[in-house]
Amino acid sequence: MKAIVNIFLKDGVLDPQGKAIHHALDAMNFEGVEDVRMGKQIVLKLSTTSKEKALDEVEKMAQEILANTVIEDYTIEIVE
Amino acid sequence: MRSIAILQFPGTNCDLDTKYAFEKLGCKTQIVWHKETTLPTNIDLVVIPGGFSYGDYLRAGAIAKFSPIIRAVVEYADSGGRVLGICNGFQILTEIGLLEGALKRNINLHFISKLQSIKVINSDNAFLQKYEEGKILYIPIAHADGNYYIDDSGYKKLKENGQILLQYTDARGEREIVNGSVDSIAGICNRDRNVFGLMPHPERAIESILGSEDGVKMLEGLISE
Repeated sequence: MKAIVNIFLKDGVLDPQGKAIHHALDAMNFEGVEDVRMGKQIVLKLSTTSKEKALDEVEKMAQEILANTVIEDYTIEIVE
Repeated sequence: MRSIAILQFPGTNCDLDTKYAFEKLGCKTQIVWHKETTLPTNIDLVVIPGGFSYGDYLRAGAIAKFSPIIRAVVEYADSGGRVLGICNGFQILTEIGLLEGALKRNINLHFISKLQSIKVINSDNAFLQKYEEGKILYIPIAHADGNYYIDDSGYKKLKENGQILLQYTDARGEREIVNGSVDSIAGICNRDRNVFGLMPHPERAIESILGSEDGVKMLEGLISE
């Protein structure tokens, strides 16, 4: 079982990397990009077969270390 | 004689500068490896020096937070002991939660390394007691993640409690955007004023040959009553 954790800066927290990518896209004449947010993805391979248990554990991991909840939000997706 | 514990993580690189600076002031220093579970006895100050603990992997300071020595540092701080975090040390202190807020990537995405003017905002604390409020200091900065963030309500509390200690300014003392920090904050303390964190490096501003001696009184303040 795999857990995919996506971590992004919270809405309202300025994302300098996203901004820089946005500028680059503008400079390359890609049109219609309204906003860019850059985050990170952490993929965990888990031994458990219980989806519920996996979600529980990864939630704790995200809270305690994977994300800094002062500035970041996260989502967790469990894949079979 | 004052006794200082200086923490060392894999990737710390300002430990020896910090040791040199405090020894120059007549202190006894001990470098404490992060795997230790206790601090030396009878110390007067714990310093978490600058560098790149664990290569800044995940986030600056994020992995160091789980080093064995950290629990002892939290206990030391909770019992009123003085703790100073410089640069990466400041990042670690926010990750642990001993200081509020967080440090993000600099607004211009550059690693900024230069002598920077900063202003003393509040000197009613051990760290800045030897300066006058409003004084402009020149202290080197060297960081990629110094963009201090705190939400609005947190910021208001910092301000009300006098926890904002240093701000980036120009030479006349006007606030300057250096790395994107909320209100140009360069250094703060906790509510009880025994835990201090700043991005500038006072230990690199202790001899005129290095360009500035403005950091000496910060270190002296911490080892005074």
